[in-house]
Parts: sequence; C-alpha cells; structure tokens
Amino acid sequence: MMEPGLYHLLFISAALFFIGVFGFFTRRNLVTMLMSVELVLNSVNLNFIAFNKYLWPNKLDGLFFSIFVIAIAAAEAAVAIAIIINLYRSHHSIDVENTEELKF
Amino acid sequence: MLNDFLILMKSELVISFIIFLLLFIKVGTEMTNDRLLSLVQFLLLANFIAGFLFNEAGSLFGGAFTTNALMAFQKSILSLGVYLISLLFADWLKKSEHMPEFFMLMLSALLGMFFMISSGSLLMFFLALELSTIPVAAMANFDLEKKLSSEASMKMILSSAFSSGILLFGISLIYGATGTISFTEMPALLDGSPLQILAFVFLFAAFAFKLSIVPFHLWTADVYEGAPIAVSSFLSVISKGSIAFILLTALYKVFGPMHAVWYNMVMILSIATMVVGNLFALRQQNIKRFLAYSSIAQVGFILVGISSNSIEGISSVVYFVLIYTFSNLAAFGVAGVISQQTGKERIDDYKGLYQTNPFISWILALALFSLAGIPPTAGFFGKLFLITAGASRGSYFFITVAALNLIVSLFYYLRVIRAVFMDKNEQPIEKINMHPSTKLGMIICGAGIVLVGLLSWVYDYIVNLSM
Repeated sequence: MMEPGLYHLLFISAALFFIGVFGFFTRRNLVTMLMSVELVLNSVNLNFIAFNKYLWPNKLDGLFFSIFVIAIAAAEAAVAIAIIINLYRSHHSIDVENTEELKF
Repeated sequence: MLNDFLILMKSELVISFIIFLLLFIKVGTEMTNDRLLSLVQFLLLANFIAGFLFNEAGSLFGGAFTTNALMAFQKSILSLGVYLISLLFADWLKKSEHMPEFFMLMLSALLGMFFMISSGSLLMFFLALELSTIPVAAMANFDLEKKLSSEASMKMILSSAFSSGILLFGISLIYGATGTISFTEMPALLDGSPLQILAFVFLFAAFAFKLSIVPFHLWTADVYEGAPIAVSSFLSVISKGSIAFILLTALYKVFGPMHAVWYNMVMILSIATMVVGNLFALRQQNIKRFLAYSSIAQVGFILVGISSNSIEGISSVVYFVLIYTFSNLAAFGVAGVISQQTGKERIDDYKGLYQTNPFISWILALALFSLAGIPPTAGFFGKLFLITAGASRGSYFFITVAALNLIVSLFYYLRVIRAVFMDKNEQPIEKINMHPSTKLGMIICGAGIVLVGLLSWVYDYIVNLSM
C-alpha cells in the first residue's frame, strides 16, 4: 500500500476545485450552486491541511486558516439560504433561469 | 498593553459600540424612527470626528492588526461616506420598518472594511473581507417584497461567495509557496516562481470581483439596479473605496517584488475596464445602471494610478477616492430623492428637471461634472493626479488610452445634464420636498466637490501621510 504524498492530495483538491467551478457554471438550481461553492471552499481546506502537513509542519497557520474557512462558509451559507428563501417567496422558484428581470 | 489596544483599535471599538447601542435600542426601547435617525446621524458624525483624534501608529496581535496615520485617514474617508449616506437617504430610512437593522448591517460592513484596511496577515484580511461583504448582500435584499431586490441580492451573494472561494484558493497556494501568511514576512519570500504567479492571479481575480474590474464586472449593474439606492451608493462608494485601499497595500507592500509581473496585468485590465465601462454607460436608460457603469469606468482610472507603484500612486488614489465619495454620493443622493418621491428612474424622466427643482439640478450637474473631470470641480484634479502618477512608468500608450476615455465619458455625463437643463418636457418631475438632512447632505457633497479641488493643502496632507 502506497503512502499518500503531497501530490495526491493536491490532485484531489484541484479536482474538487474544478468540479465546484464546473457545477457553479452549469447548474441552474440555486441550492446546488451554493453546494458547488462549498465544494470550492472544501478544496481550499484540503490544500491548507496538505501544505501544512507536508511542507510547513512547524507553522500551524494552515490549520488555523482551514478552521476559520469552515466557520465563514457556514455564515455565508446561512445568509445565502435566507436570501434564497426570500427569492422563493417572490418568484415561486429557485431556478436562476427565472430570475431574469435585470440584464444588460 | 490595554492602553495600546484601546488607542490603536479606537475606530473599530467606536463602531462596535454604536452597533451594540443600536441593538439595545432595537430590543429594549420603543424609540420612533425620527428620533433614532437623528441619534444615529449624531453618532456617525461623532465617529467621523473621532477618526482624527489620538492617531498613533503600531501593531497588535503579533502583527495581524496594524495601523498608521494613512490608514486612519482612509478610515475617516469611509466614515464620512457612511455619515453622508445616513443624511442623504433620510426619507427612505424613515419610512423603513427596520431602520436599526439597516444601520447595524451597514456598520458591520464598515467594521469589516476597517479591519481589512488595517489587516497585517492574509487570515485577518480574509475574515475582514467576508465581514464586509456578507452584510452588504443582506442589505441588498432590504426591500423585502420587491422582486428586483431579492434577485439583486441573490446575484450579489452567489458572486461574492464564488469570488471568496477563488481568493481562498489563491491564499492557499501562496501559503504553500512561501509558508507564511504574514504581510511583513511575505515580500522577502516572493521570487516570481510560476506557483506564486498562479496564486497571485487567483488573488487578483478575487480583488477584481469585488472592485468590479472588467471581465469580473457582470454582477455590478444588476445589483445596483435591483438594490435600494442607499445600498447601491454604499456599494459603489464605500465598498469600492475600501477595496481600492487594501489593493494598494497588497500590491505595493506585499507583492511589491513582483511589480514586473503585475504591471502589465493591471495595465491591460485598466484599459479593458475603462473601455467597457464607458461603452456600456453610453446606452443605459436607467439612472442606477448608468451610475453603475460610470463607476466601473472610474475604477479603470483608479487602476491607472495604482499601476505606478510609487508614493504618488498611493496619494493620488486616496485623494481620488475622497473626491469620488463626494461626487458619486451626490449623484446617488439626487437619484435617490427623485426615485423615493416619484418612482422615476429613467434618464428621459429627468427632462426639464431644472424648471421645477433648480437646487437638486445644480447638485446633480456639479456631481456629474466632477465625475467627468471638468476643471473647476475636484474631479479634474483627482483624474489629473491619477494620470500623472500612471505616466511616471513611461507607458504613453496607456496614458493616451486613459485620456481618450475621459473624452468618451464626457458624452454620457453631458447627456444627463442636457436632459436636466436643456430638454423641454410637458410634464417635468414635480417640486420635490426634501428632508432637511438630505438637503444638508447635498450641500456638504457640493461643498466637498468644489473645495477639495481648490484647497491645495488637502492633497499635500495626503502626500505627507503616504510618505
């Protein structure tokens, strides 16, 4: 069994990042778009932990940063969900295709 | 130790105190909106004045929080902007059911911007940036029953969440490449390796999102149009100003060693921002969308100053943001009063405004002349110093494009002025009764537009601070 190294973790986090970006651009449901953003944030966490463990084991900045990122992601999701609920009340839909009054 | 804490963080502490005071008033008393608004205006004025007292330089929390005279002045500009917003939109605020909440959200965002300006490490910067954007997204939804408002706030929260994801990815790569997140240790470790350049591109993309630099500007016009005008003006002046200040710190102090890398990037983005902002502003009919694209074009000019990487760069950007605060808030204030009383937001509706409302017509004309950069107003001096700073790098092509864009921008600013002063209209907007504090706010803005340009010691003072 091979021990996972820095490159494996970076590969996974980069893949997560681009899956998140892809989902954000292609999905049309607001909640799914929000979930894609969470994927991006989690890939960042993985990056921080991996760099901390393999490259800079004496500096704990990365670990602390990922804890703060988790907290901020929760705050952001709370506000975003509240806004989406309000949007549902006025538009009766959470599809971005239906929110098209503002353009050009 | 405690003394240091109290003195160095005084502006943040004052803002926190006002937020808690509002919370207690909201929960514990039955104060009427009228009295509460006067109280808040008084507190914000006191906060603005307190910004000039007892300023010392120093750092706290192991360098995560730093402050000096220039940062204190930048914070004062933002405080002044918030005070002007509380004056200019008094009518709208008084009618709102949730006025204390509005101020709590706005001041939380302001607190975030203060921490952001003072931040000394990437962790502090990221937390402060989030504190300054999440409340604004909630504020954009303040007209709860309007469809446009919820659409605008949805666009704002999703794009800002996405951009903070990009920012974080950049920060994580920087951490991997250098092993530090402190602004003081980082410059020595930057050598322009490919990983660092990739990380810098991610970071700059996030800045560009917040500052609405082309091609990351698409959310701007939609959010400005849908959100209440008070929020649009907060976004376009205070939010933009604070990001411009921290961009100065980030590019000059932290990424200074990589100047050769970012100079071309800033130049190309600046040209794209000015051209696209101007071209889209030409065809707008709604005054809020028009102001949104005009503020995108102004950001392009701010980038001209930023590209210089010199002391003139810092002082000209700070000076320009001060002028921009006065002129853009005056324009938004006039648009806000008219939209509040008559519901009209199209430029065609402004035809013949001068016949019925000479005072606000003159304020609007002053603001637009200043935004266009016509000599007696301060906007001219702001643009002049920005372009002089940009010219110091010797790229005359860049400066020529910027100057040509100034001329293009005259066309659409003068279009509004023509509608107000020259065009005839059978049914112009009727006489508007303003709240006295709105009138006071407009007079302060008008005086600022004229005086900041004419009094040369203002610019000298800023230059002294930037040394």
